[in-house]
Amino acid sequence: MSFVSTQHDLPADLRALQVEIEEHARSFGLDFYDTIFEVLDYDELSEIAALGGFPTRYPHWRFGMEYEQLSKGYRYGLQKIYEMVINNDPCYAYLLRCNMPVDQKLVMAHVYGHNDFFKNNICFAPTNRKMMDEMANHGNRIRSFMERFGEETVENFIDSCLCLDSLIDIHSPFIKRRDAPNRYDFSNEADQTPPSDKFRSKDYMDSFVNPPEALKEVARQREAENAKARRFPEQPERDILLFLLEHAPLTAWQQDVLAIIREEAYYFAPQGQTKIMNEGWASYWHSTMMTTRLLDGSELVDYADHHSGTMATQPGRLNPYKLGIELLRDIEERWDKGQFGPEYDACDDYETRRTWNTGAGLGRQKIFEVRRIHSDVTFIDTFLTPDFCRRQQMFSFRHNDQAELYEIESREFKKIKERLLFGLTNFGRPIIRIKDGNYRNRGELYLEQEYFGVDLKLDHAQDTLRHLHRLWTRPVQLETCVEGRPTLLSFDGTDHTIRPLGGQSHEPEHRDRRRA
Amino acid sequence: MVRKIERDQNRFRQIVRGKIKADLKKYITHGEMIGKTGGELVSIPMPSIDLPEFRYGPKGSGGVGQGPGDVGQPIGRSGDGEEGAGQAGDSPGQHILEVELTMDELAEILGEELELPRIQPKGQANIIEEKDRYTGIRQAGPESLRHFKRTYKKALKRQIASNTYNPDDPIVIPVREDKLYRSWNPIYLPQTNAVVLYLMDVSGSMTDDQKEIVRIEAFWIDTWLRSQYDGVTTRYIIHDAGAKEVDEHTFYHTRESGGTRISSAYRLAHKIIEADHPPADWNIYVLHFSDGDNWGEDNRHCVELLRKGLLPKCNLFGYGQVESPYGSGEFIRELEDAFENEPNLALSEIRDKEGIYDSIKEFLGRGR
Repeated sequence: MSFVSTQHDLPADLRALQVEIEEHARSFGLDFYDTIFEVLDYDELSEIAALGGFPTRYPHWRFGMEYEQLSKGYRYGLQKIYEMVINNDPCYAYLLRCNMPVDQKLVMAHVYGHNDFFKNNICFAPTNRKMMDEMANHGNRIRSFMERFGEETVENFIDSCLCLDSLIDIHSPFIKRRDAPNRYDFSNEADQTPPSDKFRSKDYMDSFVNPPEALKEVARQREAENAKARRFPEQPERDILLFLLEHAPLTAWQQDVLAIIREEAYYFAPQGQTKIMNEGWASYWHSTMMTTRLLDGSELVDYADHHSGTMATQPGRLNPYKLGIELLRDIEERWDKGQFGPEYDACDDYETRRTWNTGAGLGRQKIFEVRRIHSDVTFIDTFLTPDFCRRQQMFSFRHNDQAELYEIESREFKKIKERLLFGLTNFGRPIIRIKDGNYRNRGELYLEQEYFGVDLKLDHAQDTLRHLHRLWTRPVQLETCVEGRPTLLSFDGTDHTIRPLGGQSHEPEHRDRRRA
Repeated sequence: MVRKIERDQNRFRQIVRGKIKADLKKYITHGEMIGKTGGELVSIPMPSIDLPEFRYGPKGSGGVGQGPGDVGQPIGRSGDGEEGAGQAGDSPGQHILEVELTMDELAEILGEELELPRIQPKGQANIIEEKDRYTGIRQAGPESLRHFKRTYKKALKRQIASNTYNPDDPIVIPVREDKLYRSWNPIYLPQTNAVVLYLMDVSGSMTDDQKEIVRIEAFWIDTWLRSQYDGVTTRYIIHDAGAKEVDEHTFYHTRESGGTRISSAYRLAHKIIEADHPPADWNIYVLHFSDGDNWGEDNRHCVELLRKGLLPKCNLFGYGQVESPYGSGEFIRELEDAFENEPNLALSEIRDKEGIYDSIKEFLGRGR
């Protein structure tokens, strides 16, 4: 292993810096895993970034594509990665060799922010902290499958799994939906005789001990329960990867590969769930540590330049670093001045509110609490205020379908918050469930999308169905909306069809056939 | 150590190659990469390589941004395949991937897909050409070839060795025996040169559409020939009733209103070959494109010029007849009647852009 190695690689000056910054971070109350810094050339950093941060990851062509894009972006001066941090215990962090010393300081301070966040934020609680090792295991297993079953076969299968890897239930690590299947548990099969509904009684007491109405009721309930049990899945299932794992006709190696893809998807999910908070938190700490403790007079201009570069905004793009740090600072200020609670909320005099200051001094404490218990969705939902939106010049934008461009839609608080939350819900991806795994009693798969007024990208949806079909091997359907009208997309292995659903009976069935 | 990413990168390139090969006909037909060539690389847009997934399209979508601006102000185009900008920063922007290929790689793919035989250059492959390269060093030579760095180093060495170097006053003065000069070594290269003469009818009946077809086809023929020879020279001749040699840009952008006399171009081509490209030293390709319109009595001259002049001297003479709404399209019949199974004569009718693919195969599939 060339990259993940020992701290001996860290040059002495950076080693000293690490000791110093770690000390500062601790004194501010940050609580983090041991950190292993690694200094890399841009090529090496691009390589690791392309692999999602894990040098030992399984082989796949898309990492190569990612790498080409990163290294090209760097060569043409379009982008530059300064650093990478991996959620692991110990935490791995990669520094870019050619950074100026002031950048290394900034980056290290930033890294400790992330590291503290990984360790303490609730969303990361269920993640595997030995992922570095786990990824290496995944890599070995997939490589051995490739040797046995052919590189192309395995890679093609991975392609199909990856097309579906956003179809997980991000809340499921917290909710125990069902017991992990135990292959040695045969109790279900053994317990065949149904229990008697009747209480024991003498004959002449029977109609009193077991009144016929009550018996009927019990029988009805049992019937309902049986009916429910026959439904498959019992509840619409959001963890589609799990459903496929349990029910799709996969071979052993395919199951293992799918399980690997699913595990990695769950590992990465919290990072998508907390992008604004995580970057905001790390930025808050690098800026706090730099401006109060670390910065040398001679480094001020470079620091200001790079910090403002990170915080820059551009129309049509929300900078998570910027939004995160500003919102955290806003919370800190409000809690320092006591601008919260029923009394403050009840006050409607603008001037009083503006100058409200009880000297509560609870800011730091509050933001530490926030970093522990919130995800981006609850963070924005709880702390975004109209004042804040105005000060930050926030706006919502929407797609103008005629002009095919995005334009500013509104500066109204309600609209902004709505758009923001929509974009954060389920990572801004559509929510899709498996409704029926035995549709039309033919073993077909029936998916439904929760529709919020935004259409799916149709060509992608159809291509994705094709990949789903590869795993399920029976026809697959997706209930969605096209231009607001309920529509069923189907793929039967050769042909795609698009069919309007319900209430459209006057119109002739519109079929759009796309040959596979 | 072989880096892990190299395996993934090679795999990715292999997939890209496969895609290009599968879509080659489309690329050829649409001429999508012409005009995008910069130096040695061709850039090919490849929209479909990314993995699909269920995600939102632009319709009805939106997001949140920051900055000044009034309601209704446009902030970005939603180009094809572009995702809702500003999805709270969770996803990297989706862009159409542009992959770069060297011209050689492209030619290789072309050759594989069209099953083109590799060209057998005419006998000159064994002719050794002598070239001089300045790769050597000598003790004597003209001052203009003096090698300053080597001379300085040698002087420094001498001064240190003789203990006359003073670090406090580090002046190094070369004397006569320090001086070193660049010199040349002869290099022997096998000479496999080719010349391509493009001939085109620019009379009124050839429209821009037809010229576009010629341009695309010429691009691919060039690409292939360049991959087969060390050096390829291209020359361009336009003709209506008379012929003249022009540069590449003029070749594709000239439109005359006069009539057509094809023999004038053949005569000029022959003259150029005689003067500059003796067939003993050159692999000669003549490719002529027209809509098939010619003055009736001129056809006889053409056949004669071909039979006596051009065909014996060329590796390949290709005639591509581009269908035009105005031309009579008879010329190709004349040639078909006059020649039978000439090994180095290729005739091809190009109906429309779709026809380019087959036409290239017709021209290059002979391996000459």
